Amino acid sequence: MTALNELSLRETVARVRRREVSATEVTRAALARIAAVEPALGAFLTVCEPQALAAAAAVDRALAAGEDPGPLAGAAVALKDNICTAGIRTTAGSRMLERFVPAYDATVAARLRAAGAVLVGKCNLDEFAMGSSTENSALGVTRNPWDPERVPGGSSGGSAAAVAACECHAALGTDTGGSIRLPAGFCGVVGLKPTYGRVSRFGVIAYASSLDQVGPIARDVADAALVLAAIAGPDPRDATSAPHPLPPLDGLDGPVRGLRLGLPREYFVEGMQPAVETAVRAAVRVLEGLGAVVEPVSLPHTEHAVATYYLVATAEASSNLARYDGVRYGLRVPAASLGEMYEATRAAGFGAEVTRRIMLGTYVLSKGYYDAWYLKAQQVRTLIRRDFEAAFARCDALVTPVAPTTAFRRGERLADPLTMYLSDIFTISVNLAGLPALVLPCGVDEAGLPIGLQIVGRPFDEPTVLRTAAAYEGATDWHARRPPG
Amino acid sequence: MAITHDEVRRVAALARLRLAPEAVARLAADLSHILDAFTRLQAVDTAGIPPTAHAEELALSLRPDEVTNPPADEALLAGAPDRRGRCFRVPRIIE
Repeated sequence: MTALNELSLRETVARVRRREVSATEVTRAALARIAAVEPALGAFLTVCEPQALAAAAAVDRALAAGEDPGPLAGAAVALKDNICTAGIRTTAGSRMLERFVPAYDATVAARLRAAGAVLVGKCNLDEFAMGSSTENSALGVTRNPWDPERVPGGSSGGSAAAVAACECHAALGTDTGGSIRLPAGFCGVVGLKPTYGRVSRFGVIAYASSLDQVGPIARDVADAALVLAAIAGPDPRDATSAPHPLPPLDGLDGPVRGLRLGLPREYFVEGMQPAVETAVRAAVRVLEGLGAVVEPVSLPHTEHAVATYYLVATAEASSNLARYDGVRYGLRVPAASLGEMYEATRAAGFGAEVTRRIMLGTYVLSKGYYDAWYLKAQQVRTLIRRDFEAAFARCDALVTPVAPTTAFRRGERLADPLTMYLSDIFTISVNLAGLPALVLPCGVDEAGLPIGLQIVGRPFDEPTVLRTAAAYEGATDWHARRPPG
Repeated sequence: MAITHDEVRRVAALARLRLAPEAVARLAADLSHILDAFTRLQAVDTAGIPPTAHAEELALSLRPDEVTNPPADEALLAGAPDRRGRCFRVPRIIE
């Protein structure tokens, strides 16, 4: 019999709702799994045992009283630790917020609670979501469940590792340049970055506001869709949340016959790991076998995406992180004057990568450099968007690898920041264009490490992305593989 | 694209970051290396191309100007590094 923590989210919810198992039993199973694997894995920064058991008891009471406990009743979920939770510390993986306890819930946290989900903990991340390996966390090391010497990807590495290791049924991550999709790919799970504006960012600690988006990480496509449905939709407290309601996601098992899929030639590059290209091309053939029509497309400005992203994102970060000054919350290093207090606090609170990005962003926004760097990047961003518009005039979705390689070794890309930035080469264009994209497992390399397939859709067309992914998943069994232990 | 130590110190002052001397040297090298690689962007023809600030053209959303959140001053002040009464306490600004 499958253990409760290993069941799919929807099967868990169905059993809880039928009262075959209590939410409390499900929660205890998740907490036991966390206790067993965390010493070696390190996916969590905070485990909320008492709060989780109280939330589970509330679900059980609601069911006993004949009330509807919600569409995620009893599911064990985790949040990336840049998503605010009332009364539970929220660190962003930074010394700056190591002891910060929010006074309110992020909208996505409140919506998960309202749907009956049980929050079991807060997951590790690169400091302020800046990184591609979770190695930039100031507060802990997260390992890849498939190989402890490899990174889980980043920045939502804790969320992806926790889901892959069955410590929870699903988790939320945030994705500014690939931070949901890269760790989902490296850990062999499903990760969805929704369209910019689809999900509220209220209460999510900001990194780059024109790019940040919250989304689900789960063990299969249908579970990811269920979590998306619970968190999506307009929010009066986030002026950038779009008014469009999420269309019903009940047609996910529909056919993909006749669907036009584009294969961007710029995403099959010199130097990529051969096993990745082989697996992704095989996945494309599976989709063709299901009746999809595949054609080559070109996104000619792809080669400029990394530069464009790291100029736009760091500029926005330098502004967003100006708020950490030691005055109202978070770390304060006392000093004789206000100016010295700011500088001492920020020097002590920010790690090396965050400092580097604030410096780069401040530089490109500063007098004399703004037009040459920041404005130029914003113009190239327009060209990158137009590339996608042209491709989507002919195609319903695009299919690509999530990254040129599988999970890399810990420490391997720390010496040169640029090498780390290039890990995001296949994910960042999607953020610059604001598009929805999903990653799901489509194979393994010679070392047994998962390979991720990325499916990119038109703005607000998550249904087509999910349907394509569900069709692939239904024809293969890569999603059913679990890491050892 | 060489970023000098003086430029690093100028930018650090703008960003209110105090940098140790070895951090100045490291950031000068890092920023030079990164911007060197990004210089290729300058070759892209962007004449007449408008900048994109946001991917979605969202209309400004308006709502009635009403207080909807309950007062939470104690909850918010609970996280203050230093306070006096209902105020955040900071070093003296005005002599």
